[in-house]
Formats: sequence, C-alpha cells, structure tokens
Amino acid sequence: MADLVSLPCDSLSSSSDSDVEAETLPSMPYFGMDIGGTLTKLVYFEPLDVSEVEGPEEKETLRTIRKYLTGNVAYGKTGIRDVHLEMRNQKLGGCRGTLHFIRFPTSEMQAFIDLARAKNFSSLASAICATGGGAFKFEKDFQEQVNLQLHKYDELDCLIRGIHFIDRHNYNVECYYWAKPPDSNSQTVDGQPSSNLNHSHCSQSGKNHYVNGSSQPDHSGTSQLDQSNFNGSQQYILEKDHLGDDCDSSHSGLDWVKKPFDFRNPYPYLVVNVGSGVSILAVYSPTNYKRVSGTSLGGGTFLGLCCLLTGCETFEEAVDLASRGDNHKVDRLVQDIYGGDYRRFNLKGDLVASSFGHMMSKQRREEATREDLAKATLVTITNNIGSIARMCAATEKIERVVFVGNFLRVNTISMKLLAYAMDYWSYGALKALFLEHEGYFGAMGCLMEYLKLGHPS
Amino acid sequence: MTHQNYARSIELPKEQIFPNLKNAKRFAIDIGGSLAKVAYSADWHRRAPIVYDEPDTEGSIYNVAETEETMVRLHFVKFETKYIETCLDFILANLIDSKEFIRDKIIKVTGGGAYKYKDLITSRLGVQVDKEDEIECLIYGCNFLLKNIPDEAFIYLRHGNPDYKFQGVDQDVFPYLLVNIGSGVSLVKVESDTKFERIGGTSTGGGTFWGLGCLLTQAKSFDDLLELAENGDHRSVDMLVKDIYGGAYNSLGLGADIIASSFGKATRLDGDRFQKEDIVRSLLLCISNDIGQIAYLQARLHGLTKIYFGGYFIRGHPLTMHTIAFAINYWSKGEIKALFLRHEGYLGAIGAFLKGANEEDAEKYCWGENLAGSSGLTSPNWSCAQEEQLLPTNFTPNFDLFELDRLERPVLACPLLLDPSSYFPDTVDLMYDIDARMYWLKCFEDSVEKTVALAIKSQAEEVDVEERARKFREKYVGKLRTLLVNPCAYGSLTVRSLLDTSSQCLAEFLFPDPYSQQKVQESELALKQLSGHLSYLDTLSGISLHIQLARGLLAGNVFDWGAKEIRELLETGHFSFKDAQNKLQERPWLIDDLDSWSNRLMFQPPYRCAAIFCDNSGADIILGIMPFARHLLSMGTEVILCANSRPTLNDVTYKELVILVKRVAELCPVISIALARYKLVVMESGQGSPCLDLRFIDQGLAKAMVDRKADLIVLEGMGRAVHTNLYAAFACDSLKVAVLKNRWLANRLGGDMFSVMFKFERSQKTVASPSMT
Repeated sequence: MADLVSLPCDSLSSSSDSDVEAETLPSMPYFGMDIGGTLTKLVYFEPLDVSEVEGPEEKETLRTIRKYLTGNVAYGKTGIRDVHLEMRNQKLGGCRGTLHFIRFPTSEMQAFIDLARAKNFSSLASAICATGGGAFKFEKDFQEQVNLQLHKYDELDCLIRGIHFIDRHNYNVECYYWAKPPDSNSQTVDGQPSSNLNHSHCSQSGKNHYVNGSSQPDHSGTSQLDQSNFNGSQQYILEKDHLGDDCDSSHSGLDWVKKPFDFRNPYPYLVVNVGSGVSILAVYSPTNYKRVSGTSLGGGTFLGLCCLLTGCETFEEAVDLASRGDNHKVDRLVQDIYGGDYRRFNLKGDLVASSFGHMMSKQRREEATREDLAKATLVTITNNIGSIARMCAATEKIERVVFVGNFLRVNTISMKLLAYAMDYWSYGALKALFLEHEGYFGAMGCLMEYLKLGHPS
Repeated sequence: MTHQNYARSIELPKEQIFPNLKNAKRFAIDIGGSLAKVAYSADWHRRAPIVYDEPDTEGSIYNVAETEETMVRLHFVKFETKYIETCLDFILANLIDSKEFIRDKIIKVTGGGAYKYKDLITSRLGVQVDKEDEIECLIYGCNFLLKNIPDEAFIYLRHGNPDYKFQGVDQDVFPYLLVNIGSGVSLVKVESDTKFERIGGTSTGGGTFWGLGCLLTQAKSFDDLLELAENGDHRSVDMLVKDIYGGAYNSLGLGADIIASSFGKATRLDGDRFQKEDIVRSLLLCISNDIGQIAYLQARLHGLTKIYFGGYFIRGHPLTMHTIAFAINYWSKGEIKALFLRHEGYLGAIGAFLKGANEEDAEKYCWGENLAGSSGLTSPNWSCAQEEQLLPTNFTPNFDLFELDRLERPVLACPLLLDPSSYFPDTVDLMYDIDARMYWLKCFEDSVEKTVALAIKSQAEEVDVEERARKFREKYVGKLRTLLVNPCAYGSLTVRSLLDTSSQCLAEFLFPDPYSQQKVQESELALKQLSGHLSYLDTLSGISLHIQLARGLLAGNVFDWGAKEIRELLETGHFSFKDAQNKLQERPWLIDDLDSWSNRLMFQPPYRCAAIFCDNSGADIILGIMPFARHLLSMGTEVILCANSRPTLNDVTYKELVILVKRVAELCPVISIALARYKLVVMESGQGSPCLDLRFIDQGLAKAMVDRKADLIVLEGMGRAVHTNLYAAFACDSLKVAVLKNRWLANRLGGDMFSVMFKFERSQKTVASPSMT
C-alpha cells in the first residue's frame, strides 16, 4: 500500500488533470470507443461530481445516459458491461469518477446508433471518438443518422496509451503471469481453490474493485458468466478431470498459477493483440513502437471454425465446449507418428505434430465430439499465435510478451497454453504476460486521446 | 484392409512400373502416410558403339561395332501407399531369380510409415529393415538433387508465362531452409551435407488442411479438397481488412483485400449460407499463409534467403504451390521467392538409398536424369484428365517414375566461363517463347519417322529391331505430346532438351548410334579431299587465308544430318564440300566479325591454347576443323579438340576423333608433330548432346583448360553456338561459328537459309590482361 503513494504514475496523473488543462477539456460525456471486426469496446467515464455542466437540457441528457449505462449490466440482447473490470475513484478531466467497460458485437452497430439517437446524444457533444477499423467503416453512418461526428484515432496509438494508462492506474493488479506451481501437488493458491483460474486476482487490495469479493451490484454480472458455465471453480474442476488422462498436462500449463507482475519498467516488450485477427507490436518506449507482424489466425478464426464445426453460436459457448474437450482425439501427436519421442530432433512424443491430423480418418471423425473439436481448434489457434509471437520476439530481441485482446477473455486454457509454450520453446527466456482489461485498451486509449491526456510514463 | 483388397484386385502394368527390376541390387523404401516410394539401383545393360582402330581390307578408316556395356542406374517409383503390399509381392517375385537379390539383406526404410510397415517388409521380403531418420533422408535427398540435377528447383508463378521458372544450377547450394509440409510442418536449416538443424515447425500443416477440410465439407480425399478450393472464394468466409475498415488500412500498409481474420465471417449465426468451396478455399489460404509466415520469420531470423518447400501438401500441386508462393512473397515483401523441387516427392527415398549406398559411392559420382525413363512433372490427375487423350497410351497416373544414370566421369562447370553462376546455356527458352515451342515440337515430331527409319537401317539384321524402333517412336512422341500439354514437365524446355530426349530415348531402346556407319563413310570421303584442300590453303596468307579457313569451317558445318532441310540435300548423295561452300551466304555475313578475328590473329601474339568444341563427322571435322586447328598450331597455339563422350546424331565422338586425328596426322606433318608433342590433344567433353551445356564438362577437360591456360574457346555448329551459348560470356576470347541450316530459325535471327554466323568476342573479363596493354 505504501508503494502506491510513491508511484510515479500517481503524480503524473494528478498533473495531467490540473486545473489549467481542465479548462480546455472537451465536454461531457467521456466515451472512448474501439470498433473491432467482431466486438465493439466502449469505455465510459462516470463522473461523480458533475457540477460544472451547464444547461439543464444537457444535464438531463447526461443523466439519462449515465443512468442507462450504469444502471444496467446488459444492453439489448448482446451488449454487456464487464462489471468486474470497472475502475473506481479515477480522476479524469478534473472529475473523479468510475471507468466502465462495455462491449457489444460490432454487427449490432446499427442498434447502437439507434440508441444514440434515442438518447438524444447529438444534443450534447459534437463528437464521439473512436478507433479501430469501424471508426472508418461507420463514420458515415454516425454522421448521417445521428449527426455525430466520429473523431478517429490511430488504433495502435490508442492501444499502447490504453495499456500504459490502465496499468499505471491499476497498479499491482493489472499485469500478471502464469507460473509453474511451486509444488506440483498444490491445487490452491492463497487458499482460494477456484479463484486463481479465472477473473479473480492475487491482490484484492488497492483502490480498485474486482468482481470476486466486491460489494458492487455486480451479481448479475457474475451470473451472466455463470450462465455460460464460466464460473472459475467449475472450469477448474472440468480441467482437473482432464488431467487424469491427459498425458501432456505438462505441455498445456494447466497446473500453472496466476501471479502478479510488476510492469513499471516493461521496455522493450511485445504486444500481441488477439482480436478477430492478431496484431503484434514491438514497444520500445511510451512513444516508440511499431507493428512488426500479424496473422489472420486469431479469435475470429477460433470462433468461426468452432461455429462451423460444432454449431455453437457464441465465444463463451465455444470456450466452454473447448474446456470439456480432448484435443488428442483430434490432433496427431509426435508419438502417433514416431511411436514415441522424435529423438533425432528432440521432439517429445506428446507434442502435437499435426493439428486435426487424426481427422483425415473417417472413423476418427465419427468418434470426435464437439467438445474435442472445439478444444483442438482452441489449441491450434493458441499455439500458432504463440509460435509467431515467439519468432517476432526473437527477431526483435525482446523477452517480455504481453498478450491482450478479447480472445483471452474467459479463456484460461489459452493463457496457460501461451504461458507454457513461451517458456518451453524459449528455454525460459521469454515471459508471457497478461492484462486484466484484455480487450479494452484501445477504447481506453481512445478516451485519453479525446481528453488529450498526456501519455503516462 | 478394404483398401488393400481393392488395390490387389487392380491389374497393374508392372513391367513399366518397376523397370529393370531383375537387375536390381539394392533397395530403399520411403513410406509416407499417403505415398510410398521405392528406390533401387540396378545394373543397366546398354549398347554402346565401339570403334576399332584397324582399317579393314575394304579400306575403312576405322571399324565400328556395338558392344554391351554396364552402367549403374537409380530407379525411383512412387505410388499410393495402399499398393505397398502388391508392390512388395511383385518385387519379391521378380527378384527371386536374381543372384544378387538384396545383397546383404538390409533394406533402408524411412518415412512415417516405416514403423507401420516394418514387419510387413521383413516378413514379405525376408530382409532386415533399417529405419532411417525421415528428416535426415530428406536433407540428403535434397542436397543430392540440388547438386546433380539442373533445373531441379523452380519458382512457381500461377498464370505466369510460363508458370514455372526453373533455377538452372545453383553453384552455392548452402545454406538453405527446407520446409517440409507433411501432416505437420518441419523447418530445417541446412548448412552442409552433415550440418543441419530443425529450427522450428508448426502443427498446422497438410494434416490440418486435410482433417479440418474433411470435417467441414465431408470431402473424402486431399485432392477432392483441392478441387473444391480451386472453385471457391474465400471472401465470403474470411473477414478482410475492408470488412473492418470499409477500405484499406493505409497507415499500416494493409490493403483492403488482405485477410484480417480467417473464418472471421463464419461466426455469423446463419452459417448455412457458406459454400463448401469457399470454406475450403479459406482453409487453404489460412494454412498456406501461416506456413509462409512462419517460414519467412524463421528464414529472416537465421539469415537464410533460399526457402525450398516440399512434402505431401505441395506435391507439385499448382494450387498449393501458388498459395505458398503468394504467402512468401507477401510476408517477405517480394524479397524472397518460394522455391519448389521437381522431384520433391523423392527426397526421402533418395536420402534413404544414399544412406545404404556406401559401396556404390553414390555421392562421389555425378548423376544425370534419364529423361526417357522419368515421368516428369505431372499435373495432378484431376486437372490433366481432360487432356488425357493427348498423353501416351502407357501413361499410368498412379505411378510416377524417376531415373538417374551414373556418369562414368565427374563433370563440372567450364573454367572459361565468365560467371558460371549466371551462365544459362540455352538461347531460346521454349517455355516463354510459345511460337518457337510450337515450331520445334512439331519439327521434332515430324522428323521422328526419319529417325525411326535410320535406327532400323542401322541394325537391320536384328530380329527385334522393328519392335524396338516402334517402342522408341511411342516413347519419344509420348514425351513430345506430354511437353505440348505441360512444357515444364522436364525442367527448362529448349531445343537442347528436345535433342537430348531424342538421343536418350534412342539409347533406351538400344539404338546407341544410328549414324555410326554414315559417320565412317563421310569421314572417309572427306579424308580423301584433305590433302588437296590443305595444299590450296597453303597458297594463301593473311586475311584471304583466314577467310578460306572460316569458309572451310562453315562449309563443313553444313553437313549436318540433324537439320531437316540439309538432310534432304544430303540424301541425294551428290552434295559435295564445294557445293556446301557455294551455298554459304556471301559476306558480309549475318554476324561477321571475320575482320577483327583476322586482325587479332595477325597483329597480336598468338593464343596460348584454344579449346575447340567440334560438331559433325566427315567434312566438318576433317575439312573444316582440322585445317583451322592446323593454322593455330602453326602459329604456336596449343589446341584441345573437344568431342562428345557419347554419340548423338552425326556428331563426332571422342573415340572416333582420336582415330580421325591419327589418320589426318598421316597426311599432315603439322598435325603429326603437334600430336606427338602433345601440342594437339583430343579430349572428351563429358557430353552426349548436339548442344553444349558448359555447366557440365568433363573434369579432365576442365583441368586441361586450366593447366594449358586456354585463352580461346571455339564453339562450332548450330547446336553449340546458336541453340546454346549464343549469348554466353567467357573469361577469354571466344569464336562462335555456325551456318543457319533451319529456315525458320534463320528468319527469326534476321537471316535466311545458309546465313553465316561468325561471332568473335574478346574476353569479357574486366581486368585487362598484360598482353593487351
């Protein structure tokens, strides 16, 4: 706790919302929007002291918006507020308030535009700021249908700014990694057998609130997760059941445990943003970064293939299926080809030699379940991302690799697999890092651009 | 099991599939999940002409006969793994009589199926099975092919003209990256025969395409999937950059049509609307792009610029080669081109064979592809089915053959070339030049009957001669038709390759030298005119001598049975050396460097040593080359007469030339003395072609060129100086002399029938030699 006071970011953030700047700040409401290929991410800043807002009409509209957004956790059929991620007591633009994180499928953009019209959005701010491809794609729609001008910001700038902002303001809990268990028999961490595997945190301290143990009205948020069987404990048990017959449990990092990571001096690092597709950025300093590569095999590929293979309809459903499947029924392992390890080139027998390789056989195809297919898809996409990330890291001579993006949401299997693979193939040289706010950094960075906030260093 | 039963019931045309099996000595097998390859070495008994230096009573200058000679041939047969039992049974049945049956009872086996079929092989053949590492075998095979077979590697450009761009001979094979795409993918960095390392791989490979493809479409086979993919459009399934951005993402240089998320559109709920063709297309691109990216990243990480792709996924299939080539081009921003191998399917079998072949010393010898016995690059069955009527009747789509002949002597690049690595022998690439291709393919097919008649005449007394001649015709016409359908089937398609194919097909059916008698007669005739011709030349001097020497060379060169129009003249039997001289174009010739050649001879110190590559027998060698060589000798220049090691058309062979030079020496003191003092030597070129590929000349000849400090190379005849080497650059002075005896070609070069090419070029070495200052 004492550390928090002396954090450099604290002083910086207070300087960035100085009174001088406040005068030039744009008008409320504060939104940052990241319109991706599959999901649109929205960060909304809820001010707690709105005294300075002029005009009763604007005030009324702002209140309507606030009430609508903060009073619900689900919007329409598909919009969701990730309550467990909200950041309270943040100071932005001279106001104190709470950052809310909301997402909805980009395919529902028309509904969002209709909503903005219904809530009389255009009477307020003259602009809404957006990043991501959709900022370009939907610019005209916003202009013509709601008379809203989209302020477009560069996707990568926003991503990097968002990462740095959230990490600084969510110190000690934002960044984490997966570590080999100190004792292989240990199945609990901090006496919380289930919490270490999903969206809970090793540290509950600090000024932020998190879903587990939080007193916020987030039960509906949790139950939303429960509905899709993503309560941490359930998932853990399911995975545990698998360990018994999985010969390669050691190759998936299933028994690895979550640990906080000190991200104060991260440079240089690689950002692997896994959304529908994948972008890989090398970050050398807060302002010096470049896109080094990318791949079209990303979250969209996982979900698209799962939909085609299993008939599932949502990402949650696909990950749920995967958590109960066995990819060995689908993938050909090294030992399936060589009868054991491939010693000449030091390849262990339980490594996957050919993803979906068993599916060349009609009989095997008939034996594979939906769950098995989903798991194989998840493992294939995850390993491929890990492999490309590893080569980019080697090329850039970078040791820390930060995985972000909504592919990792409720997806501990992939995170652990990535953590394991980065460590195993680099002989421990590379470290896979993860951030709690997975897919929201672009939207956060976009909001910061709107507020013209300086880059937190 | 049903597969095997099915396979067994098929009547296989076995004699064609396992040629020369009775003489097989050593085997190796590469068993993949889908394709199996059997490799064996066998003694190949061929006929060869033999030349006796004993003038008989009838006054022949030498006698010719045919003898049998034994050489080593490597046979490779590729077929679907489901035939493996049938094939093993067939091998066993045909070997049982052989005394050398699998000499030390060990068979090298590699490939993923080595485990599965080990017991079967042991029990069926009664041999010990040695398993060899798959990747090691691939590397050995790859190195072997890259070192021995020209045009082994190629770049694939879909809808290019041509689609295949062959890479000739790589003088620096190492280092390279080999990407083997089987069910999974292995990336191997190769630095030498012994130093290589698996630097990476991915499980997203051919098995993923096949497995996922079957799940998604209910297709049954890999090739069914490729056919679906061929007709699909991935844009309905993949999320493109423009689907997200509405257009291109310019600040990152991502075009609107770049795939942002493979299968990204398949997440929409109404999944039924996806066509299976589109899904498979998306899958193919997804996997190809991924492999391409990983290969590129690894190549960059290890500083490698050559990436060869092989494995079942590639299999020479146009669509997979296209998608892989596209991916490499995309990821490397055009810096690196994906390379493919013509005999990619045989790498493992070749490697396994080499591992067990110590006593054959396979790696110490040079090997050449036997065009007559190799299937060549075939398009996959489904795509060439429509052209099937054009293909030879013995075409067996399920079996693919590849044969290599061991060369008696090592060959290497000619040391007189300016830059062996950029040298390309052929003047016209018939793959690019469609007019020329159509002309020559027709021209060669039209002349087949003449060749058949001559072959029969040369062995008229033999009972099976007609049968063999018929088989020759069938084989050669089959090759020509195959080339009509797929010009890239055997590497670069050139006049040289067409001529060589003819010679090899003749040899295959035991017609090693149909022109042998003709060559004797013409040489006898020419020899009778030599003294008179030399006396005439001795009356001349200066440029008039040089003109007559040149005209002699040219007139001699008219006597070419390989040229259709000339053959008709020669068949009259009344065409003389004088007639030939009269036919020649008047000066100035089409290319006329005679004055500068003459000046060079008159006003600069004589050449140290000239290497002269000779063409035809008869007037050409005796009345053309010999006086020319005599003049050089008289000026103090040493002369190496280079002649073909193996017969082709009426070209003089090394063995014949040795005798002819002796006969000439009997008539000419200059030659006689030079011969005795080793100022004049006859050497074999290492070739058996009417053309000249200076990448592969006899090691002894190459050494002599260096030892004698050859500073002049003379190339004579259309084959050596027009069809090949017309634009070859040398590190010494060169003289290219030919008469254009093909009207079509002459017209193309801006001349007419009997136009003369006399091309003299100074050394293209940038450093001036001391004598030139």
